[in-house]
Amino acid sequence: MTMKRRTLLALTLATGLTAPGIALAQADTIKIGLLATFEGAFTVLGEDSERGAMTAVDEFGGMVAGKKIEIVKGSSDASPDSAVRAARKLVEQDGVKILVGPLSGDEGIAVKDYAKTHPDVTFLNGSSAAQDTTLRDPADNFFRFSTDGAQWMAGLGTYAYNDRGYKKVATVAEDYSFPYTQVFGFMAEFCKAGGTVPSKSWVPIGNKDYSSVIAAIPDDVDAIYVALGGADAVNFLSQYNDAGGQAPLIGGSITVDQTVLTAKGRMRDVLIGTPAAGPTADTNDSQAWKDFTAAYKKQDGAFPSPSLFAHAYYINMKAALLALDKVGGDLSDDGAKLRQELSTISFETPTGKVSLDSNRNAIADMYLTEVSEAADGTLVNKLIKVTPQVNQTLGIPTDEFLALGAVSRENPSCP
Amino acid sequence: MSDLPLSPAQKPAGARSWIETLGLAHILLGLFLLIYPAMASDFFLTQIGGYSLVLGMISLSLMLLAGYGGMVSLAQITVAGAAGYVVAIFGVNNSGVHGFGWPWWVFVPLAIAIASLVSALIGWIAVRTEGIYTIMITLAVATACFYFTQQNYALFNGFPGYNGLRAPEVFGVYWRDPVPFYYLCLAMATLAYAAVLYGARSTFGLTLQAIRDNPRRMRAIGFNVTAHKVFAWWLAGLIAGAAGVLLVWFNGRISPGTIAVGPAINILVIAIIGGLRHPIGPFLGAVVVTLMQTFAIDIIGAERFNTLIGLVFLLIVFISPDGILGLWERFRPQAGREDWRTFRTATKQVGNKGRKT
Repeated sequence: MTMKRRTLLALTLATGLTAPGIALAQADTIKIGLLATFEGAFTVLGEDSERGAMTAVDEFGGMVAGKKIEIVKGSSDASPDSAVRAARKLVEQDGVKILVGPLSGDEGIAVKDYAKTHPDVTFLNGSSAAQDTTLRDPADNFFRFSTDGAQWMAGLGTYAYNDRGYKKVATVAEDYSFPYTQVFGFMAEFCKAGGTVPSKSWVPIGNKDYSSVIAAIPDDVDAIYVALGGADAVNFLSQYNDAGGQAPLIGGSITVDQTVLTAKGRMRDVLIGTPAAGPTADTNDSQAWKDFTAAYKKQDGAFPSPSLFAHAYYINMKAALLALDKVGGDLSDDGAKLRQELSTISFETPTGKVSLDSNRNAIADMYLTEVSEAADGTLVNKLIKVTPQVNQTLGIPTDEFLALGAVSRENPSCP
Repeated sequence: MSDLPLSPAQKPAGARSWIETLGLAHILLGLFLLIYPAMASDFFLTQIGGYSLVLGMISLSLMLLAGYGGMVSLAQITVAGAAGYVVAIFGVNNSGVHGFGWPWWVFVPLAIAIASLVSALIGWIAVRTEGIYTIMITLAVATACFYFTQQNYALFNGFPGYNGLRAPEVFGVYWRDPVPFYYLCLAMATLAYAAVLYGARSTFGLTLQAIRDNPRRMRAIGFNVTAHKVFAWWLAGLIAGAAGVLLVWFNGRISPGTIAVGPAINILVIAIIGGLRHPIGPFLGAVVVTLMQTFAIDIIGAERFNTLIGLVFLLIVFISPDGILGLWERFRPQAGREDWRTFRTATKQVGNKGRKT
């Protein structure tokens, strides 16, 4: 008996250690890796991104070019290390040839670097929106059909200065590359219009206590630009509300996203009327957007309106499926044809036409929005204005744009 | 592992063949690990094999402190991270910050040396406390280091940390290729394992265990208790530092996420799951934890896989408070009963001593 048990134990251990990549890759299925944050501070965002990706898969009926689509999921916690580890598992163990993800800014930069070591695998971005994922030192097999954080800000800086009359704005943002990119996008327009930004606060991801940040904001600013995401945004907004914050807010793209607007907490008063910009607008009344919302809502646990993450994963997944369809699901050449197809593809999305530039970064329409209360009492982003076909250099010639330098805490600056 | 060589002096030294000296289990395990690359895919070789050995080494440094010194530290990943950051700063990275491009034979010893000093420093702060307070103060140090690296851009490059760290090419071999990297990890882990096994029976090791059991008595008979403890921290730092170098070569990058509170607790979980009584424990724990964390998502899906991991760990500790080492004991064969009894009495004594602290 004991011998048997011991043999069993040894067997379990041995098979666990040696199972030589049980790759059941059947000829009639196509494996696609889906990498998102299913743990950590951005879990809610990650779950919604999955809904977006699955909306695209469902749109194709789970089949592409006569082959079944098999989604293999990988989870990260928004740290670049965990994203690379999850990507490695999907590529090297599960043998996916197409990977959609990751979700967060620095994850994108890390996965882009990893992509270079696997030129036979096709990487499509999830919703990560750091500028340097595609702008500087890009990878040939990394495609971003969602846009970057600076593009998302198109129209906001000018609107804040001209229409709202804000001359002096303080910023509060998380301390990593995506918020840097967002602040860059906002300030590029705002400072050009004549505004000044005397104070920038950078807070770590997952910060819980914002009292010192709120206290450090100068009293004489006209508004506060907030670029925080997920739980961080909820914490800041409710604490700002509790502190009796008076200055109006300007929102980063994910600060007033559905993932935050649907959260419980006393944030209503400070949120209503907050202008923001991003790749989506909840009250977009184009038929394509309405159809997309209806399809998205069929997913389990869906928000009243798809979040920016659902949207980004949807677009990237859809691009992958469209291109796969075009090449007849043929990946026998290590995906060379697929990547050729991806770099030239251009298609209509729920938010207008998308095409890629030479760095494989998307050119797409951007939406200027304002938080308002819908008829049913929920908070939504009301569409104010569409900025058509924004490219990664925000309309500035590429070399001039590159000369502005990489985004960071200090860059740009206009105190 | 069937003859855990805890009591080597049971037989007359002259009668011992080399097989007995090494222990049959060690030889079998060693053989298995040596031919493992022939059986495993690249993924299993590095992502499971290499990674487990690296995590096992970091946990081993904790096992050394906790098992022999009675000091449970949550800052071992911080020590490994210190070595990792030295590699990133003095070696080559592609983040465009620092990256002095020194040769590996300068920055690797430097990294391990700095890590061991950091460890000794943490130890020097922590030895003034005992029991739960040691855990708390090391957790505080680990958390402070995590936030500091995340906020500091001048030295640590903040949240993104350092990217593009490559293992060196020596003797025409690129040491991050699956097979060389696995053997490199195996060699380092074996070295650390053997050193701990030997050290535990050295004068210093026995003194340390005596200090664990009764520091007041040891102080009374003239031992410098603080110095011994800090020296143990320094030794643990050497192991964790070496593992830290391997860890950044494995990941190809280091960021505050590498040394966050989650990974710090992970190291403790590995040590507890494996068992703190013998240096093989941390490695067993590392294999189980790595397998779980890699494959749980395939078993149960993306929403609840962390719950499954937690439940499995809970189950292991529930069935066997001594971790996998204790499990092994239960399923031992009848044939070795005789040895097994002496072993059990030996370990019981160790266990009883441990409980007194």
